[in-house]
Amino acid sequence: MLTAAETGQFESFRPKRFAQRYGLDPFLGFMLLLTSCFGLLVLYSASGQNEYMVIRQAAHVVVGLGLMALVSQVRREVIIQLTPVVFLVAILLLVAVLLFGVGAKGAQRWLDLPGLPRFQPSELMKLALPAMVAWWLTRHPLPPRHSHLLIAAVMLVIPVGLIAKQPDLGTSIIIAGSGFFVIFLAGLSWRILGALFAAGLAALPVLWSVMHEYQRARVLTLFDPQSDPLGAGWNTIQAMTALGSGGLMGKGYAAGTQAQLKFLPESHTDFIVAVIGEELGFLGICLVILMYGLILGRCLLLTSRAETHFGRLFCGSITMTFFVYVFVNLGMVSGVLPVVGVPLPLISYGGTSIVSLLVGFGLMMAMQRTNRVLSGDSS
Amino acid sequence: MELRTGIRERQLISQRLVVAACGAGVLLLLLIVRLSWLQLVEHERFVTASEANRLQTLPVPPARGQIIDRNGIVLAENTPRLQLSVIPEESDDIEQLVAEIRARIPFSDDEIRTFTSSLKARRRPREPVVILDELTDEEAARLAVDAFLFPELRLQASPRRYYPFGGLTAHSLGYVGRLALEELQDIDERRYAGTQMIGKLGIERAYEEALLGQVGVERVETSARGQIMRTVERKDPVPGDDIPVYLDIGLQAKMYDLLGDRRGAIVAMDPATGGLLAVVSAPSFDANVFTGGISSARYRALQNDRDTPLFNRALRGQYPPGSTIKPMLGLVGLHYGAVTWQTRINDRGFYQLPGIEHRYRDWKRWGHGQVDMDVAVIESCDTYFYEMAVRLGIDDMAAGMAPFGFGRRQGPDVTGTVPGILPSRQWKRDARREPWYLGETVIAGIGQGYWVTTPLQLATATNVMARRGTFIEPHYAVRPDLEQGVPVNLGTPNDWERMIDAMEEVMHGEKGTARASGQNMSYRIAGKTGTAQVIAIAQDAEYDENEIDERLRDHAMFVGFAPAEAPSIVVSLIVENGGSGGSTGGPIARALFDYWLIDRKGGAVPPDMQFVEDVNSRVIARTYADGG
Repeated sequence: MLTAAETGQFESFRPKRFAQRYGLDPFLGFMLLLTSCFGLLVLYSASGQNEYMVIRQAAHVVVGLGLMALVSQVRREVIIQLTPVVFLVAILLLVAVLLFGVGAKGAQRWLDLPGLPRFQPSELMKLALPAMVAWWLTRHPLPPRHSHLLIAAVMLVIPVGLIAKQPDLGTSIIIAGSGFFVIFLAGLSWRILGALFAAGLAALPVLWSVMHEYQRARVLTLFDPQSDPLGAGWNTIQAMTALGSGGLMGKGYAAGTQAQLKFLPESHTDFIVAVIGEELGFLGICLVILMYGLILGRCLLLTSRAETHFGRLFCGSITMTFFVYVFVNLGMVSGVLPVVGVPLPLISYGGTSIVSLLVGFGLMMAMQRTNRVLSGDSS
Repeated sequence: MELRTGIRERQLISQRLVVAACGAGVLLLLLIVRLSWLQLVEHERFVTASEANRLQTLPVPPARGQIIDRNGIVLAENTPRLQLSVIPEESDDIEQLVAEIRARIPFSDDEIRTFTSSLKARRRPREPVVILDELTDEEAARLAVDAFLFPELRLQASPRRYYPFGGLTAHSLGYVGRLALEELQDIDERRYAGTQMIGKLGIERAYEEALLGQVGVERVETSARGQIMRTVERKDPVPGDDIPVYLDIGLQAKMYDLLGDRRGAIVAMDPATGGLLAVVSAPSFDANVFTGGISSARYRALQNDRDTPLFNRALRGQYPPGSTIKPMLGLVGLHYGAVTWQTRINDRGFYQLPGIEHRYRDWKRWGHGQVDMDVAVIESCDTYFYEMAVRLGIDDMAAGMAPFGFGRRQGPDVTGTVPGILPSRQWKRDARREPWYLGETVIAGIGQGYWVTTPLQLATATNVMARRGTFIEPHYAVRPDLEQGVPVNLGTPNDWERMIDAMEEVMHGEKGTARASGQNMSYRIAGKTGTAQVIAIAQDAEYDENEIDERLRDHAMFVGFAPAEAPSIVVSLIVENGGSGGSTGGPIARALFDYWLIDRKGGAVPPDMQFVEDVNSRVIARTYADGG
């Protein structure tokens, strides 16, 4: 029988079926592509019509999607088996960052190994930690016993501590969250959860005392941005002004005065959503939230469909972490959360974050494919 | 069983997933509520804010207070200048920008280095970074033509600290310099918003608080290009206080004129108040090089200069006081009963401790013969003071000299002073962990050995003589709170008067060591010469000025005041490697007293400004001579 290419009959090529054959989730893949392309469009405006930056970001997206497809082909068992090794490697790399890392503005976050492109080992940890905690908890019956929880907590605290020491508060919070979600989904008892919450409240003064001066300033300006309008409050004031002045319909694409006149800082990275809000208005923001909502909904569906406990815990954690990204970023830009360096996923400019996000989605898809191909339809 | 567990676990995870999803949904809804509040409800307000965003809040730095001398002449002022700066947040490629500017305005590598380092330094968001500190009108015009190409550049007039007599006043006024990163910890940063300079030394530093003033705020409307269109709201800054000081620029100039190319220091004080009339250290430098951000090459040249122009000899130079302290020591000896006015000592040209071979030589090889206290001071007899020191003992000597201010920092508003050393048994135990030797007491009697003082300390101590027994802290600014004398409880008023008579004889007596400088005078000076040894001379070697390397020659010193009966000026001076105090120090002192008491009538006549400017330009010539 001749293939479609040989016969020239292209009508037999159906993307959905093609994707399914290779274990790619067509709906999720499409949404990711759509959001990324929307991101490129926004980036063009936010960067002050900088084509070079858009091309670079497009390259990041292509590489990320490629890696996603590649990772989705890996067999589930391999991922599970590799988990402890990858986790250990990630820990070692984080230690290496503290010892020989490079960075800027007083933080040491990057590793510049010979022969490799510069990268942030904390990005690897974003995937390695939830996988590791899921790997550990699913070796025992759920809900986990206290002793198992304790070990999971240690697994969580070590990388979070290492990253917080860089210091990178935003990432360490995200990673702590990703590990916590695994434990939560695995059935952490509500009583412990309540106790943790209470302990967390009690620990706030301690946290305050170990925070860096600039971090405290950010928290303080959250309550009163006008207290230091030229200093730490600047970002928040400008972002809220950009959003608010956008109104329902926005000022028009590439016509936001806040963004285009560079009143808005970090407009192409952490504060890019303020550009959307200013230029495309409340409707534009709702569109963004809708896209994220669809991605999250699909991810939840995939999570519930994942066959093994490991797969479910891991997928659930990735989904929730993705949500945290969106929520923290939107929260800080709209002035309800302190300014921590968390990018808006898929839209903010930046290579490592987009690639590691898409790889995470690839792993999520891998948890699906092996379901079907290896064990047939088990339902 | 196994299967049932699996199903239960799966249900558990699903339940949790539902909880998480609901939580996420609620939070997203809250975000939408927040965003709709910002974008729909508060829309109008933010539109105004965004429109007004071109309204920028700018700090308005206050004008720094002036420093004004006793004649009302401004010694430190603010002059307008055009400064070119960039807001780094607005520039995409600063290197490119610098290259563009360079194509229009000459721009040294050194200036680029200064700019790059200030670019890296910590600063507030959107705080402009200075590229070029001072533009000429022509340069500014050339740049203005293409200004539309570089919206990120700011060309603004910002006052610059200027010292009209920067060479004459560098060591007393000090100077302001760029606020350094380390200094940020010690200051209230908000007060320095928009201010880049801070007092680094001297009066500028001591009165930083008062000179600085209060920062103002200005809301300006800027165009899309960032050009300021109009001022909307303004809270005016409060200018810093002017600081009136006792310094007399004419006297400062006269001192530099008299010192010429020699290295040395002179301090002059107003006996009535303790106010410093002049503080001079030669060679000096032009303090203005620091206010514009000194280039590293010029700074190196100043630092590597063999004659150390940056070193403040008047406040930090530590010299043995030599014979200049003999009148004070004499009073201490009388007070503690080591000698009386009648005590006579036979000077054969040297002094020996009982049973020890070593000869402590007198400056006069064949000795002064029969010597009492008056003669010992007038002729500066060393042997008398060797003998007296041994009788007195080092601890009483130290206790008696301390109230004159030796061995400690002085001057509440004089920055950068050093304490010097007033040796005593206790001091040596603490500082050197060694016992005291009697031989060290002997040489302390003529102000040698461990004993070191600064020219400022000698002036302060001599002022105690001039005031007949009260100590007053030296100070620059007019400060009534500092002008209460502290009694020095030594001897009787009669002792003081007689000692001052002896000091007058030093100048005017037949055998006085400075008699050559005390001729044909309409007033009387009370003075004392001193010669501080730089190297120890071998037992039997003759000290021959001509044979010794210039840098190893003795330091010439002089302290004194005039008119002796009602002093209006106290002077202490040192000329490094100047030879003897009588031959070098005396004439300089005489010229100073003449200038002050006759030409200036004790300060009543204003100084000749042409003369001041001439001397200043001679003093600063050195700063620009090489390397810069």
